[in-house]
Amino acid sequence: MKSQNSFIVFFHKLGSPPHFYAIAGRLLPWLWGLFGVLAVVGLYWGLFRAPADYLQGESVRIMYVHVPAAWMSMLIYALMAGMAFVALVWRIRMVEILMISSAPVGAAFTLVALISGALWGRPTWGTYWVWDARLTSELVLLFLYLGAMGLHAAIDEPRKAARAMSLLVLVGVVNLPIIHYSVEWWNTLHQPASIGVSGSSIHPSMLWPLLITAIAAKLYYLANLFTRARLRLLEQDRRKHWVRKEVLAAELAGPEMDEPGAGAH
Amino acid sequence: MSVLSGFATVLRRDLLIAIRRGPEALLPLVFLLVVVSLFPLGVGPSPALLASIGAGVIWIAALLATVISLDTLFRSDYEDGSLDQLLLSGLPVSLVALAKVAAHWLVSGLPLVLLSPLLATWMQLPGESWGALMASLALGTPILSLLGAVGAALTLGLKRGGQLLALLVFPLYVPVLIAGTGTVMAAADGLPYTPLLGLLLAGFLVALSLTPFATAAALKISVA
Amino acid sequence: MLSVRDLCLERHFEPVFEPLSFELAAGELLVVTGPNGCGKTTLIRLLAGLIEPTSGTVSNGFATLQYVGHESAVKAELSVRENLQFAARLAGGDDVDTAIAAMDLKPCAGQSGRTLSAGQRKRTALARLVAAKAELWLLDEPYTNLDATGIEGMDALLDRHLGAGGACVMATHGAHRPARAASAAAWLSREIALDARPLAA
Repeated sequence: MKSQNSFIVFFHKLGSPPHFYAIAGRLLPWLWGLFGVLAVVGLYWGLFRAPADYLQGESVRIMYVHVPAAWMSMLIYALMAGMAFVALVWRIRMVEILMISSAPVGAAFTLVALISGALWGRPTWGTYWVWDARLTSELVLLFLYLGAMGLHAAIDEPRKAARAMSLLVLVGVVNLPIIHYSVEWWNTLHQPASIGVSGSSIHPSMLWPLLITAIAAKLYYLANLFTRARLRLLEQDRRKHWVRKEVLAAELAGPEMDEPGAGAH
Repeated sequence: MSVLSGFATVLRRDLLIAIRRGPEALLPLVFLLVVVSLFPLGVGPSPALLASIGAGVIWIAALLATVISLDTLFRSDYEDGSLDQLLLSGLPVSLVALAKVAAHWLVSGLPLVLLSPLLATWMQLPGESWGALMASLALGTPILSLLGAVGAALTLGLKRGGQLLALLVFPLYVPVLIAGTGTVMAAADGLPYTPLLGLLLAGFLVALSLTPFATAAALKISVA
Repeated sequence: MLSVRDLCLERHFEPVFEPLSFELAAGELLVVTGPNGCGKTTLIRLLAGLIEPTSGTVSNGFATLQYVGHESAVKAELSVRENLQFAARLAGGDDVDTAIAAMDLKPCAGQSGRTLSAGQRKRTALARLVAAKAELWLLDEPYTNLDATGIEGMDALLDRHLGAGGACVMATHGAHRPARAASAAAWLSREIALDARPLAA
């Protein structure tokens, strides 16, 4: 009972900006550290140790970058949609900040998935781009991310911008499966080349490094998200008391910082 | 004020305004004609080539023309304060949005459907596919208007609203484009195209029942 | 009864005005004053329900509401009569002749919105208050662009409305206040002044 209670209290605290700032700040070094370790291990294993594919040869190794990136691009959009729903219905500013901060990371993963996908296609099919279902879907997903970020950037008032972006992300997530299936169908209609790992299942010796890089990608997302969210929080709350305390603590620890708006009152 | 008469009042007003605006309402159609006519100039007049890309060209031109015309859907009402009045009128905002989209389609989408035989001729599409082209556009352009209205409502009052609108809405248009061109190309190949038309009809019904609520939510956000 | 409790709105994370609380009953006029940029328009829009407050509540017990904002909501392509007819129909009515007469719009009733002067456009907007009756009036700078006759007409309208049990919240930055005619029913008038926020560095 008590542990269940403290779990709820923990989540409630996360919704409060100064608490989130502190908790996220404490978690960050661990997140970055663990990401670093897993990324190095996973990539080394995948790029150098795991076996090559019998059809595609060494070029299959790009899968250890491409697949986690593609997974993250879709996972982050789904998470953003969840946050968008909460933000629209309950208007929790912290959730808005997390959603806004997730977008650039998701877009970056999508871009990595696209570039690695293109590089994967090159040795196998001879061209840098191929309009297969997955790459095309990733491209449309990138446009969805850019649209959401663009809309948010274009609206002046921050909370209005967050609400508009939330609605757009929700509309996008409803359309995403429709887009995905229509692109797949279109793909079968026109039958271009496609990328992928040969065979229907992945050999276990390839599975482990893939899982490790996938977890590393999730840690990267969290670390990046927390960093961006803390920055945005500082910016939004710069006139509030808790930020002044933080800045003061940082000032005592380091060189003088110029605080915007300090002379106003 | 009953729901039906409220819908009719708003629809009638928007149609009256569009008619009084006159030539201005035809601009997206002229744009459509210009864009399609550029393709033969750009890729060469070979009938086989034009026929092979014709369905896609006409549909893409329809997308572009719709996005251009969408900008005016709410803008005028937003700028002169009429949108506030519509939101405060007591009518469900989704109904108001639906009425405005209906008026918008009647003025911008329907003429496009009616012009499609001309475009089919320009792009050397075989006669068997003309019916499919008109039908796909007749079902598809309302979907484009309904989906586009959400984007138009979100980008109200923004400085580069029109360009942003295109970016927001084109990913959502991808399934409609695929279904629409698929219909025409199936007909051109002599294959049955009614299943795809059925998909478009289903899409239209889903869009009709869901998008007005999203548009209403977007309008309330933009007006605040 | 319009009841406002601890009403607060933030823009760019700064409150637009100090938390507001007040009540408005039937037959009462609330005048909101203050310099430009102090949040009068925002307050009126909050009361209308066009904006959601950041905190606090607006409970509107009045059955019907009419809002006349900064923009006149007069369509350029429609005539004065058609504009008022649309407003009337939305409220379930159809009579616009009384409205046209009340704001002295007969000479320009058939003119399209595009050709109207600023004063005529404002009077058309105010005529909506007659064409579409409502219990609560929310007026943002109703005297802008009005000449002396227009102001008299507006005040007469207000006097009749309040005397008959209607209520009104009016934002104005000018000095003019509606005159209370020697009508049978007396109505009360109060003022709230919004201060300009100190401009942030």
